[in-house]
Amino acid sequence: MQASLDDIINRYKAGSRESLLPLLQDIQIEFGYLNEEAILKVGQHIKLPSSKVYGIATFYDQFRFVQKGKFHIKVCRGTSCHMHGSLNILREVERVLNLKEGQTSRDGRFSLEAVSCMGACGSAPVLNVNGEFKTAIAIPDIAQIINFYKSTI
Amino acid sequence: MDEKQFLIEKVLAAKADLNQREVTETLALLRHDTVNLPVVYIGSGTCGKVAGANETFKAVNKYLEEKNIKAEVVQVGCIGLCSYEPLVDIQLPGKARISFRNVTHEIVETLLDDIFNSEVPFDHVLGQFNNKRHNKWDNVPLINELPFFKLQHRIVLANCGISNPDSISDYIARGGYQTYLKCIRNYTGEKICNIVDQSALRGRGGGGYRTGEKWIMAHNTVSDQKYLVCNAAESDPGAFMDRAIIEGDPHLLLEGIAITAYAIGATKAYIYVMDEYSQAYFMLNQAITQLKEYGLIGYNVFDSGVDFKIILVKGPGAFVCGEETALINSIEGKRGMPRPKPPYPAIEGLFGKPTVINNVETLANIPFILRHGPLHFNEIGIPEARGTKVFAISGKAMITGLVEVPMGTKIRDIIFKIAGGVKDDKDFKAVQIGGPSGSCLPASQLDLTVGYESLWNEGAIIGSGGMIVMDEDTCMVDIAKFFMNFLQKESCGKCIPCREGTRRIHEILENITRRPTGESGFEVLERFKGIMQLADLSEVIRDTSLCGLGQTAPNPLLSAMKWFREEFEEHVFDRKCRAGVCKELRLFYIDVDKCIGCVACLRKCPSNAIVGQPRQPHFIIEEKCIGCGICFDVCKFVAVKLK
Amino acid sequence: MLFDIEVNGKTIKAKREDTILMALERNGLKVPTLCHIKDLLPSGACRMCVVEVEGRQGLIPACSHPVEEWMKVRTHSPRVIKARKTNTELLLSNHPDDCLYCERNGNCELQKLAEDLNVRERRFYGKKNKYKTDPSSASLLRDPAKCILCGRCIRICEEIQKITALEFIGRGNKTQVGPAFNKGMNLSSCINCGQCVMVCPTGALAEKQYPAKLQDALHNPAVKTVIQCSPTLSVTLAEEFGLRAGKDIEGIMYAALRKLGFDFVFDTSFGADLLITEQATEFYNRLKEGTILPMFSSCCPAWIKYIEQTHPDLLGNVSACKSPQQMLGALVSNHFAPLAGMSADDIYSVSAMPCIAKKFESQREQMTHKGITDVDLVLTTRELARLIRLNGIDIEQVDPEHSDQPYQSRSTAGKMLAVSGGLTEALIRTLHFLITGKETSLLKIQELRSGKGRKEYFVKIGEYKLGFAVVNGIGNVEPLISEIKKGRTDIHYIEVMACDGGCVGGGGQPIHPENNNIKARAKSIYELDEKESNKFAHQNASLQSVYNLFLLNPGSEVSLTHLYTTYEEREVMR
Repeated sequence: MQASLDDIINRYKAGSRESLLPLLQDIQIEFGYLNEEAILKVGQHIKLPSSKVYGIATFYDQFRFVQKGKFHIKVCRGTSCHMHGSLNILREVERVLNLKEGQTSRDGRFSLEAVSCMGACGSAPVLNVNGEFKTAIAIPDIAQIINFYKSTI
Repeated sequence: MDEKQFLIEKVLAAKADLNQREVTETLALLRHDTVNLPVVYIGSGTCGKVAGANETFKAVNKYLEEKNIKAEVVQVGCIGLCSYEPLVDIQLPGKARISFRNVTHEIVETLLDDIFNSEVPFDHVLGQFNNKRHNKWDNVPLINELPFFKLQHRIVLANCGISNPDSISDYIARGGYQTYLKCIRNYTGEKICNIVDQSALRGRGGGGYRTGEKWIMAHNTVSDQKYLVCNAAESDPGAFMDRAIIEGDPHLLLEGIAITAYAIGATKAYIYVMDEYSQAYFMLNQAITQLKEYGLIGYNVFDSGVDFKIILVKGPGAFVCGEETALINSIEGKRGMPRPKPPYPAIEGLFGKPTVINNVETLANIPFILRHGPLHFNEIGIPEARGTKVFAISGKAMITGLVEVPMGTKIRDIIFKIAGGVKDDKDFKAVQIGGPSGSCLPASQLDLTVGYESLWNEGAIIGSGGMIVMDEDTCMVDIAKFFMNFLQKESCGKCIPCREGTRRIHEILENITRRPTGESGFEVLERFKGIMQLADLSEVIRDTSLCGLGQTAPNPLLSAMKWFREEFEEHVFDRKCRAGVCKELRLFYIDVDKCIGCVACLRKCPSNAIVGQPRQPHFIIEEKCIGCGICFDVCKFVAVKLK
Repeated sequence: MLFDIEVNGKTIKAKREDTILMALERNGLKVPTLCHIKDLLPSGACRMCVVEVEGRQGLIPACSHPVEEWMKVRTHSPRVIKARKTNTELLLSNHPDDCLYCERNGNCELQKLAEDLNVRERRFYGKKNKYKTDPSSASLLRDPAKCILCGRCIRICEEIQKITALEFIGRGNKTQVGPAFNKGMNLSSCINCGQCVMVCPTGALAEKQYPAKLQDALHNPAVKTVIQCSPTLSVTLAEEFGLRAGKDIEGIMYAALRKLGFDFVFDTSFGADLLITEQATEFYNRLKEGTILPMFSSCCPAWIKYIEQTHPDLLGNVSACKSPQQMLGALVSNHFAPLAGMSADDIYSVSAMPCIAKKFESQREQMTHKGITDVDLVLTTRELARLIRLNGIDIEQVDPEHSDQPYQSRSTAGKMLAVSGGLTEALIRTLHFLITGKETSLLKIQELRSGKGRKEYFVKIGEYKLGFAVVNGIGNVEPLISEIKKGRTDIHYIEVMACDGGCVGGGGQPIHPENNNIKARAKSIYELDEKESNKFAHQNASLQSVYNLFLLNPGSEVSLTHLYTTYEEREVMR
């Protein structure tokens, strides 16, 4: 069963600034993103104005403010992947999904993110769909990969 | 007596007698020196998992179950041969441990069939481990005599990929935590600080500050509370040393942390791990739980009066948080923006208290130094830099992975002897070391040696230890642009030179790698003007930025301009990219002899740059061409060619 | 302890624990800075104050680096100048470049820096961040495109005012400054005090302006224009014309306003006298009846918004009196208009205030009576000065005049509302008369004239032993409130002004980045009080006649209808 927002918040001591980031992380793990309600409630609990909570959350790449897609695609843009053409991979994914990096598709099926390095430099270029790695991919593979996920919905 | 009770009472206790036969034998079993059952080791670091180690693991278990073979399956970390993952080692009772590469789940069955019949599947064999107690396999090379391992000197990676990172028993059986207990039982904090100072260990995170000095400063600052922070916020693209250490040997890091905290008088240590490192986080969490169970952290550790606590923090993703004051802000729950220094963290750091911040590799060296003494450590490396350095080799190297070499090793040896040179028989062009704010060195600089000043003098930095090999297909302008893009995205935005300067440099580089059609005279002027500013701008960014990220941000550009000036000039003046990477600078032409006039390219051209009648050869109007290459891709007759 | 350091080849004295910047300033050496705020911890963001220190590789920020004995500093070497200039050019490369259209044209720190550094050529081109302005607040106009991310507004809002309505959002060159969720300021916890405007080096934060309406009214013969000027204005307006800070130009100001075309010119000090009389009565009634105490003052609209959104449970403690601006505005519509044979509809009622929260106050629902707003338009000191300049009026050539009847006279008590503690002093004078029937001889309460953020004063008036607390700077109010909530009972009256120093430090005052002139302005007010003879609000002759003919007595039915207001709980993003 999904933990409620209040349950998660109450795991942390009230008024402790130190627990702000872990708390936001927990909420994002549970709900996939941070909505306004979560930020306002966290602010009240930590005793920090919501402007601060929002400002802090937007500083970090990890936090999202819109729901992730059912399939979340991460394209690695690390150095090694770049040398193996990952920019073209990213553009191709964008083209196939008709999405820009950082966006979620309107039907909520796909979201796309470019990340700085996933540490799979030996298998470059790589992309990752919901935690599953696709290694040493080439441009023509992409439509195929995405069609596979499209067909599973 | 269970394993834990045995280890606590017979090994870790103050009066333990480690020479007792019963003890030595149990320890040998625990660290798999002797085995009663076959053991299958599967390389299951992140790199292994990406390559399919999970499937291999399942296949191995299924095989053992189906064949009803009793064996132990152990998931180990990364031995450093990322491009050979998934790696599987097998150790039969009495026989030497033998290692296989690229063991995907499909070949598990045949491989295990062979090995359990005492046959060696030579296609996949990598080598065998040297151990006097074991019988060697015939015609199988020794692992540490392979070129990849031969020049390495492994201190922090010694057990990575070999020992079982899930097991604290394994670590203790290899002598683990005994150094820590020796320290808290027999040494004062001051003494440990002095030992580390004598060892001349310098920070492995980039700055190269003497670790001992930092410790002594914090040790001597009077305060009711001090902190140790382990910086595992490794987020340079192409660097994964810290992750491999944590995944392969988490207890080594934790022992280093425990010793350091005691030395400086900190009762709390924070480990700041990047959120993306989910497995590393899991391993650390598990290892800390084990430490609690063994009473190695908590209140009054082994009756020594020492209290110690470790808190694990997930870094929510910002490259700048590798900078120590930004990291402090992040732990405190603030925006990870650097603070001005002084005050230095060793005086006024986390929550305003004296704080030592060391990176993973630095801390992982500590148990070795305290175990073997500063003089032994001092024998490794060169005078300006003692000990070893771990590098993550990636890019176009034959073997990508992790290597640990003594300081003073030539970069050429690392790339050509250890990593086997450039793959696919391509020519070596450059090596990028030191992460995004490092520099690109050309072939002529390969005789530089690994160290601090030796590299600084040439405008390079050791950084955290990424080493990216580039071949002839790499465009150096594109690489400089790539790093500037990374840095401008990762700049925290606090200070002007870094925030605005990196963006402008990136734009200038974009301009010279792009070929706008219908460029007006003004834009051309702007492009040339921009180039004239590059050196000036770089100098100001370096001189005035608030933190290390900004101060080193121009490095990739400056080094590329220094060593690959021709390539820059080609881009600027001839509008040409010799590597063919800068797409928009490509010029295509149609070979009239091969073109049959199928109009495929003409239809697809987005800028109407192709003209021609059906069944007649076509032509490309250069002024209109945007270099997208679609015609090149769609032509079935190889008539479209690159100029 | 003093020691020597070398700066530009000369020896200067420095104090231990000084930053380089402090040592330089004490010795009369200036280095530019865009992010520094005096008395706050240095942030080191703008890198304009960098200096060359011998033996150091990079340049050192003077604002955050402590001085050390060995230092040899160069503050204006070619390398330093080049760095400052390049960084300024970088800022300009992401700046809208519309100085001529900018609120701060001529008084912009970035513009001045570009001028001082002799920036004459565009060296950097590139993308500029595009942002929309945020016009949602009644008081404040936010233009993120002009923001240089120095962070001063954030720090003043968080560390001094303790409101924290603003914060950096995002990272790197996409960073901007905004309220929570980057929504409109009107939804945020902003109390409109305007202190952010006072520290903003550029035009990214400014008061909201409604210039067109005023021009129409001034030139429409069918509309009678009325202006009232805050007690503070006469001692601050001069600064805008390059005159000595604190110089009192009351009469000149009235004359100038008539030249602008205003039909009637009033002094809000009259409204202040009215407020003091009404509020003293309200307070005395509360004392007599033993109803809700302590009573909070109500003339600062920023404070009112603060308590509405932060402590709605205490709204009963707030005096129900409108502020002087609104009281006088209400009188103009309901007393002056009939008296002068005009319909209130035909009057365009303007006020000039040292404050931007007054703009918000004038738009409060409760400030409208029978569809007519008490005050139609609020100008800041800065806007008024601009208006005077626009109309080509040379204030040095203007002969002083008086304000108009029927509100011509004022006491210095009313004038005292300009400074923190002044309201309380003025109120005590009238309260003393109400309780004892005699005038007090205690005309200078030193405890209330210190520069501290929180002041207290205890006195026995008649049979009442009374405690008065004065807070200036809204950031100082919370500790007092929590003491009250915890049961402190020795305080009976609390004056709260949201800005440091009271209205003399208001967010609508002239902007001088290097010196805020608060002390000089306050001194001028106290001198007036010393010099002039009428020191008691209730002795104001015009006021007495308004009471005789219209209001009858303080707290009467008429007063309650026009001079009192209500408050309501306010939901904001906190």
